[in-house]
Amino acid sequence: MKFKQSLTGWFFMVPFLLVVLAFLVAPLGYAFYLSTQADTLVGGQSFVWLANYATSLTDPVFIEGVKRVLIFGIIQIPIMLFISTTSALVIDALNTRLSRIFRLIAFMPYAVPGVVAALMWGFLYSKSFGPFVGIAGHLGVKDLNFYSLRMFIYSISNIITWAWTGYNMIIIYSALQGLSREVYEAAVVDGASQVQIAIRVKLPAVKNAILLTGLFAIIGTMQLFTEPNILRRYTNAVSMGYTPNIYSFNLAFAQSQFNYAAAVSFTLALVVFVLTYIFMSISRRKAKSQ
Amino acid sequence: MIVAIGYFMIPIVWVIVNSTKDNQELISTFSLWFPNKWHLMSNLHGLLTQDGGLFAIWMRNTAFYSISSALGATLISSMAGYALARFAFRGAKVLESFILGLVMVPATALVMPMYLLFSKVNVVNTPWAVILPSMMSPFGAFLIKVYVAESIPEEILQAARIDRAGEFRIYWQIVLPMLKPALVTVFLFSLVASWNNYFLPLVMLSDNKLYPLTVGLTSWFEQASQEGANSLLFNLVIAGSLIAIIPLILSFLFLQRYWRGGINAGSVK
Repeated sequence: MKFKQSLTGWFFMVPFLLVVLAFLVAPLGYAFYLSTQADTLVGGQSFVWLANYATSLTDPVFIEGVKRVLIFGIIQIPIMLFISTTSALVIDALNTRLSRIFRLIAFMPYAVPGVVAALMWGFLYSKSFGPFVGIAGHLGVKDLNFYSLRMFIYSISNIITWAWTGYNMIIIYSALQGLSREVYEAAVVDGASQVQIAIRVKLPAVKNAILLTGLFAIIGTMQLFTEPNILRRYTNAVSMGYTPNIYSFNLAFAQSQFNYAAAVSFTLALVVFVLTYIFMSISRRKAKSQ
Repeated sequence: MIVAIGYFMIPIVWVIVNSTKDNQELISTFSLWFPNKWHLMSNLHGLLTQDGGLFAIWMRNTAFYSISSALGATLISSMAGYALARFAFRGAKVLESFILGLVMVPATALVMPMYLLFSKVNVVNTPWAVILPSMMSPFGAFLIKVYVAESIPEEILQAARIDRAGEFRIYWQIVLPMLKPALVTVFLFSLVASWNNYFLPLVMLSDNKLYPLTVGLTSWFEQASQEGANSLLFNLVIAGSLIAIIPLILSFLFLQRYWRGGINAGSVK
C-alpha cells in the first residue's frame, strides 16, 4: 500500500518534473557547459575550466553594470518599500471608501505589461509628447531632461517604483489583514495611539512579508533589462553593459560570444545569491538582537 | 492619498487621452487633455490596417500563447501540488524545497541557453518556443499544494479508494472540481505572466507574424523612434498600448478575489 502510494505520488509529479528538466535543468546544465568552453583560433571549442569566470570578475564593463544595479537597488528598494509599508499600514487602519479606491488603483500597474509601462513612461518623459518637461519649463526649471546621462537611472527607478509599489503594498496589507485583532485591541485598551500601534505592534508582526518583498525586489533589480532596453534609443546613457543582463544579452546576440555570455549570467546569478544570503542573515541577526 | 492615486493613474490617463489625438495634436496640444476633435476611431482603424493587419495577428498570438501556456501550467502544477500535499512519497520534502528554490532562478539566465538548445531541435521561431517554457510554474505548484492541504480532507480520498475508484479518476473527478478557486488563481497568474512576457519571445521569435503584442509594439516603437517625432507609428503604438492593457485591467477589476487569493498565498510563503 505504501509503495503504491509512493508510486502514484511520483506519477502525478511526472509532467511537472519533465517540464522542469527540459526548460530549467537542461538549459542550466548546457549554459554551465558553455561557460567552461572557449573558441579556439582554428574554429573549434576547447575546455578552459573557469577562465571565463575569471575574466568576468575583472571585466570593467561587467563590474560597472553590477555596480550600477547595486546603487540603483540601494536607492530605489528602500524608497519603494517605505512607501509600500506606510500605505499598507494606512489602508489597514482606515478602511474608508477612499482607501479602498487607493488600494485598487495602486495595485493596477501590476496588471500592466512591463513593456507597456516602459512605453507609457517613455512618452511621459519625452519633451514632445509628455507634460512634465513643459510644466517644469513654466515653473522656471530649464533643460529638464529625463534622458540625460545622470537623470536616466532615476527615470528608470521611477518606472519600477510605479510598477511594483502597489504589488508590494498588497502583500504587506494581506499579512496585516491576517493578524488577529486581539493582538492590538490590548494595545488600544492600554491607550496606545493608532500610530504607536502601527509602529510597535503591527510592523514587527508583518516583518516576514516585508522581508519577502525586499527579497523579490533585490532579485528583480539585479536582473533589470526591459525598461532600459526599450528606452535606449532616447538616451546615450544605455551602453552595451548598462546592466549585467543587457550586457549578457548583447554579448550573446549581438556578438555571438555565447561562452562568455553564459559565464556572465552565472556570475550574476552568483552575485544575486550572495546578496540574498547577506540580506537574509542580516535581517535574521537583527531579529535575534531585538 | 489623492496625490498617490494621481501618480498611479497618470500613465493610464495619458494613454487614454492621447489615443484620441492625431499625429499633429500629439505634439501641439497639452498632453494631459483631450483634443477638440477626437481621432480615436481613425487611430484604431490605422492600428488594424498598418502592415497588412499585423496588430490583429499579434493580438491573436498573444491570446493563443498565453491561454495555452496558462492551461498547461494550471494542469501540470495542479497535479504536482496535489501529489506534494496528499501523497507522502519518498523525496516529497526534498522536492518541495527544490520547487521553492526554483522561484529564485533568474529567468533571463535560462533564456539564452534555451535558445541554443531549441535551435538544435528546430523549435526556435515557432510558437512552441514561447508556450512550452511558460508551462513551468513553481509558484502554481506551491499554491495548489497549500490549497489542497487546507481544503481537501484525506477522508474523501480514502472513501473513493474504498469504492475502488482509480487514482487518476479521483484526481480528475473529485480533486479538480474542489480545487476550482485555486485553479482560477493559478490560471490567472500564469496568463498574465505570459501575456506580459517580453524577454522570452524577443529572443525566440524572429518572424514578426509570430510576435506577441509586447514584442510587436516595441518593434513599432523602435521604428517610430528612428523616424523621429513626426512618425505616424507613434499614434499606433499609443492606441496599441491602450488595447493591450484593457483585457488585463478588466480581468483585474472583475476577478479581484482570485488575484488576492494568489497574493495571500505569496505572503504565507
